[in-house]
Amino acid sequence: MNDHGLQPSACRRLLANRAALIALATILALIALAIVGPYVNPNRYDTLDWANIAMPPGLRHAHWFGTDRLGRDLFVRTLQGTRLSLAIGSIATAVSLAVGIVYGAVAGFVGGRIDHLMVRVIEILSGLPLIFFVIFLTVVFGRNIFLLFFAIGAVSWLNMARIVRGQAMVLRGREFIEAAIAAGAGPARIIFRHIVPNVIGPVIVYATLTVPQIILFESFLSFLGLGVQEPRASLGTLIAQGAAEMESAPWMLLVPGAVLAVLLISFNVLGDALRDALDVKRN
Amino acid sequence: MHTIRYFLGRLCGAVPTLFAIITITFFLVRAAPGGPFDQEQTLPADVVANLNAAYGLDRPVWVQYTRYLWGLAHFDFGPSFRYKDFTVTELIAQGLPVSFTLGAIAISIALVAGVAIGTFAALRRGRAADHVSMAIAAIGIAIPSFVLLPALGLFFGIYLHWLPVAGWDEGSIADLVLPVITLSLPPLAYIARLTRGSMLEVLGSAYIRTATAKGLPLGTVVLRHALRPALVPVASYMAPAVAMVMTGSLVVETIAGLPGIGRYLVQGALNRDYTLVLGMVIVYSSLLICMGLVADLLIAMLDPRVRLEA
Repeated sequence: MNDHGLQPSACRRLLANRAALIALATILALIALAIVGPYVNPNRYDTLDWANIAMPPGLRHAHWFGTDRLGRDLFVRTLQGTRLSLAIGSIATAVSLAVGIVYGAVAGFVGGRIDHLMVRVIEILSGLPLIFFVIFLTVVFGRNIFLLFFAIGAVSWLNMARIVRGQAMVLRGREFIEAAIAAGAGPARIIFRHIVPNVIGPVIVYATLTVPQIILFESFLSFLGLGVQEPRASLGTLIAQGAAEMESAPWMLLVPGAVLAVLLISFNVLGDALRDALDVKRN
Repeated sequence: MHTIRYFLGRLCGAVPTLFAIITITFFLVRAAPGGPFDQEQTLPADVVANLNAAYGLDRPVWVQYTRYLWGLAHFDFGPSFRYKDFTVTELIAQGLPVSFTLGAIAISIALVAGVAIGTFAALRRGRAADHVSMAIAAIGIAIPSFVLLPALGLFFGIYLHWLPVAGWDEGSIADLVLPVITLSLPPLAYIARLTRGSMLEVLGSAYIRTATAKGLPLGTVVLRHALRPALVPVASYMAPAVAMVMTGSLVVETIAGLPGIGRYLVQGALNRDYTLVLGMVIVYSSLLICMGLVADLLIAMLDPRVRLEA
């Protein structure tokens, strides 16, 4: 299994994977740009530059990526959107990790009828079109961005719970767990001190793969007009506006579209490489 | 006989699941603030009261719930609250053929092309063709439909004038090309990867070595001996693939202006069109449950070691 998962050999395997290194560098560069970028450019994300409406990318007035229909700078807005996507991705992933790990570890370790019931709940929830759930939650929460993070995280823990449960079931029969039980450790202690640390390998891999899923989810909602609201920008809203204007101003679609695509591809490549390096079985 | 019993058992097992989904959805939509009749213009209070009475919305929620279930038992999805004069059944019956055609073509293309590309990549393991197809697959999995479809429309529609960007001309093939490509690409890429992985595993097994050793040509080895076991993971991926295409169709139908059912889910939730949302959730969930069942039957057909047990 993955007892040896975090040994230096895994690190070496990861460093030997050139695609993974490029992906990692791209992600780090995008994070840095998303944090620093808006301050490097003199324009602000919500300033209307009426003299330069729908300008193609260029150097004039520092509109490096051009402007939109209202003369707002696309470089700053795209990076603003990227920052938001990354924030949503990490917060919602953290939520889904917390819920998924605890749920999966409890189901897998306790077993029996409780496990059966908990698995049934996961099955029912996976039968629901999750997008509907989030649409509903955004409607209830009144489009508050931070609650949106939470809502997305709260519905995307199913896979994580399945994976952790599987691992926990395997671990339950192992000697060190028996030893812990014999030494008088309670179920809570066993779950958090013995089971959770042992599923860290697959958890890292799936966390890396959950981030792009959530970024995609958020952009999807924003694209449908359910996520981030004006004047704030999200990659999804920028793409929606760009798609409406693509005939006259194709850069409005291509700039945020390319950034989103690069971000998602990089996370996926990195996640796959981590899976190979940590030798996690495909589920 | 055994298969039929298994099939029926699984169908019965799906009933409680579907029931739970319907119940959760029913109370979730009702719990959302606002109702189906308070939209842009505020209606006079007595008009709203009359409307609520006409649709039975003035009754306690559990009465509405039992009534709805009673209707469902007679295959009556109820009237739509926002599309006046339409029942949910009519709305879904109008849109479903379009969405179904789109989805079925997309899934078929994804299956055939995905398996072909995956097999090809496995046979060329470690060579340029393998790397190129897996790189394209990585991109295909990651790139969202709402970026891909407008971008394709920009190049093939606006710059090259080959295909219409959007629209629906009584189902002319040209209208379907870009939406179908967009919908099929993510599952295609996924299937290609799954097939490559399982094909490599199968090709490394002893009986394939035997088949090759006795002098069978490569094509026969792959098609007659390796393909069937290699398809097992692909079969188990069918339900997620259908779910992926459904989600994609929400966006693709909106962007391409296709009259399918994809738009009803989002609009229904925004409009608090309770019955329409419920109807859509039932359609989608039933389809997903059925695909899960079909996938299990397929796996049992492909792999004789699998025993079907309800």
